Amino acid sequence: MHAETDILFRESAAKALLDPQLRANFRRAMDGLITKRKAQFPDPEDLQELRHLSTAIRSRSLLNLPALLVQLEAACTRNGIQVHWAETCEQANQLVLDILQAQGATRLVKGKSMVSEEMHLNAFLESHGIEALESDLGEYIIQLDGETPSHIIMPAIHKNKDQIARQFSQKIKDAKYTEDVDELTAMARKVLRQKFLEADAGISGVNFAVANTGTLCLVENEGNGRMSTHVPPLHIAIMGLEKVVARLEDVAPLYAILTRSATGQAVSTYFNLISGPRGEGEKDGPQAVHLVILDNGRSRIYGDPQLQATLRCIRCGACMNHCPVYTRVGGHAYEATYPGPIGKILTPQMEGVGVRHDLLHGSSLCGACGEVCPVEIPIPDILVRLRREATHQDPASSVAGKGTGRTDAEDRAWRLWAALSKRPGLYRIVTWFATRFGWALPSGAPLLRDWTRFRTKPVPARRSLSERMRAERGSHD
Amino acid sequence: MTPARPPRAYFYATCLVDLFFPDAGMAGIQLLRQAGVQVIFPEGQTCCGQPAFNCGYWEEARDVARTQLALFPEDLPVILPSGSCAGMMKNHYPELFHGQPEEAQIKAFSGRVYELTQFLVDVLDVKLEDLGEPVKVTWHSSCHAVRDLGLKGEPQALLAQLAKVELATLAREHECCGFGGTFSVRQPEVSGAMVCDKAADAEATGASVVLSTDGGCLLNVKGALDQKGSPLKVQHIAEFLWERTHAR
Amino acid sequence: MTEARTAILERLSAAPAGGPPPLEDTAVMARRHWPAAERVVRLRKGMEAVRTEFLEAIPSDWPSVVQDFCDHEGIRNLLYGPGSNDGAALATAWDGEATLLPYDRPVEAFKTQLFTEVDAGFTSTVGGIAETGGILLMPGPAEPRLLSLVPPIHIALLRASTIQDSLWSAITNLGWGESLPPNALLISGPSKTADIEQTLAYGVHGPKRLIVVLVNDLR
Repeated sequence: MHAETDILFRESAAKALLDPQLRANFRRAMDGLITKRKAQFPDPEDLQELRHLSTAIRSRSLLNLPALLVQLEAACTRNGIQVHWAETCEQANQLVLDILQAQGATRLVKGKSMVSEEMHLNAFLESHGIEALESDLGEYIIQLDGETPSHIIMPAIHKNKDQIARQFSQKIKDAKYTEDVDELTAMARKVLRQKFLEADAGISGVNFAVANTGTLCLVENEGNGRMSTHVPPLHIAIMGLEKVVARLEDVAPLYAILTRSATGQAVSTYFNLISGPRGEGEKDGPQAVHLVILDNGRSRIYGDPQLQATLRCIRCGACMNHCPVYTRVGGHAYEATYPGPIGKILTPQMEGVGVRHDLLHGSSLCGACGEVCPVEIPIPDILVRLRREATHQDPASSVAGKGTGRTDAEDRAWRLWAALSKRPGLYRIVTWFATRFGWALPSGAPLLRDWTRFRTKPVPARRSLSERMRAERGSHD
Repeated sequence: MTPARPPRAYFYATCLVDLFFPDAGMAGIQLLRQAGVQVIFPEGQTCCGQPAFNCGYWEEARDVARTQLALFPEDLPVILPSGSCAGMMKNHYPELFHGQPEEAQIKAFSGRVYELTQFLVDVLDVKLEDLGEPVKVTWHSSCHAVRDLGLKGEPQALLAQLAKVELATLAREHECCGFGGTFSVRQPEVSGAMVCDKAADAEATGASVVLSTDGGCLLNVKGALDQKGSPLKVQHIAEFLWERTHAR
Repeated sequence: MTEARTAILERLSAAPAGGPPPLEDTAVMARRHWPAAERVVRLRKGMEAVRTEFLEAIPSDWPSVVQDFCDHEGIRNLLYGPGSNDGAALATAWDGEATLLPYDRPVEAFKTQLFTEVDAGFTSTVGGIAETGGILLMPGPAEPRLLSLVPPIHIALLRASTIQDSLWSAITNLGWGESLPPNALLISGPSKTADIEQTLAYGVHGPKRLIVVLVNDLR
């Protein structure tokens, strides 16, 4: 059914399901996030109004995207922020490395940035002798174990405190074993404050970039983002090209819905607006600020009117918190930077719908994601569209890997289904046999084999409704 | 536009009710008849096309949908005992036929599509009298019925009319049962985990019957409960309503 | 990388024009509005929920409120911005046990000391947010950025009359929509994290305590 190079979600998901600790960690965490989000939206009409406004703002921003990016570049440049463009992750990595090397920077602290995860920036920099230390507590925890984030907002959510306690006691110098969260946090604080103090450069992501003022907005609770962007002499911000909005007024509703959707907070601890390096007379702040704008497939997604909605995403993670699949298998099963429902539509568009065909089918299309999305991305509709793209070669389509997920077996199955379903006479004969002899089908038959691992075999009724209605008609005639 | 108590209506069984839950289909027809609606059950019903549509095989889905559309020539309501299939015909047919010659005809057709409980409550405003013994039931809200079609509590409103029926809410009423059509066989492990959780949730309510409005969910949840040897009964709401309102 | 820039912008510009975006109804933002006294209550409630501490003061006595707090807490030294009006007023009135440290040179001159020896930092604010709780800061030459970040205790002076309804209205009223200094920010409480089992822990990287000296200057 699948090519050898295809990445099979089914296999990694099945593996994850066998880990009861992992499942318990996710279930507990996601239940907590769902409850907290709900408490932030007591008035459903208010929520819908805010969603519609946020959707409209993101749609307008995308509509004017090329002009806004040019405007952002001009405003940033005016503010003393140096702007760089990268078409690919390789280019972006090289840009960052060049900037760091020009400053002789070898010790780097990072605020949380999913785009840098997308670039695999840490591994790249380390291969060039630069220490890239994650400073968000969750990112720090997973970096200690050489892992990747399992959630875009809560990167270490797959671990419980016992696991983290063990890890800290083994990997942090002079650390004692404790399961006390305050003590664990204090340990990380001690290590990281020293690193902030010594760092040659800081790297951050960008939540929103404001075109008219040339401002980079960072949303965070810990203060590591501020530490990474204000303490070292050099700050490099990295953003996906879709993050731009026209003006700061646009950010207020988006920020309001972002923190509420993400972690169920009305407001984050810090909302940090950076519009330039250390200014005249300022005594601190970085001497230089750089902004790297990354494409990595986004401009191709932008070219399709329906799929463009993917780029509205403000990375709140609500879709994964509410996803019945994500909740059970966790983020790593997706084998992608962005897990969960948004990842299911973003990853195949970036990497190719053929190699990621199985991921596109890792959804029951239950719609929970679309229902909570703060910018109303129709994730289920886009999934269906991409399933089509994976199996069909539409000449007008610009989707990466279109048609490469097509298999003879699936083709035949749907042709057979159609042949049967559009011929009522034939359908009637088949259902007649199904009702009379369906019970006799062995549980090991294709399709039934997988169904009956968790359920009894479905047995058709002795007479179908159509047959009964025909009989009723016959008796009346 | 809600027609005022139409004298006649089409009934579309859907493939799963036709084959696996004919009693539920029959009960739906009886409920409509009791409310004074003459039910037309066109010969030649197969499938609404949703499985192929959801997998991206739109030409095949369209071919099938065309044969089904032809069964409903008159300007009458089309009633389905399934939120999922009703959502397909109501919301996704216009998408499926976008740019096709039948586009305008499809839009008119989609406007006539109703899920059964939706029609009973919103159009017919039926009044039910409970004749059964006291019973505790639980309700599984099918994802497509609520999120895609947009049911707004019609099934619960009908159950609330039954004096001796106590409704125990599932801990995760709005969570998917894991059916998802082809999902259940393409991702059997995740689907299996989901339905096992749903079955456990249903058992924990202490109810003796699990009700739903969708054949897919029913087949799935029933299969999982039966596998566990659970005494819980799984029933389509139409069949339950008919039984409760008619002494045997 | 001008080639990258050109290629990206060309691809974006070549995209087929979509329909007009949906209408933007900002009523949901605009209706967040409260009388001045209620704004104070809301701000306190929102910030106290995330462990911000409040000290009450009147316009004439706030320096002594800051001083009493420092004395009571045994704070050894307090970093402040001598170039700001409030910083200067604090220094003029200061008679406390804690040493006042002026932040008057580039951070490079005392970075290690800042990270290891300073107990508390004092800043003014340019406003507050009633809807969610929060204070607004505009660091700059007079009050450097790290004053409110590196010391374990951040003491912020907030005048009740400057509390805005929401971030949305503050952006307009403070003129932030037109131009911004190199740094501006909103702070709602002490630094916190929930990255371990979603358990809240305070003081992860930034200040462990946020003390708002709330000056009642209404009417």
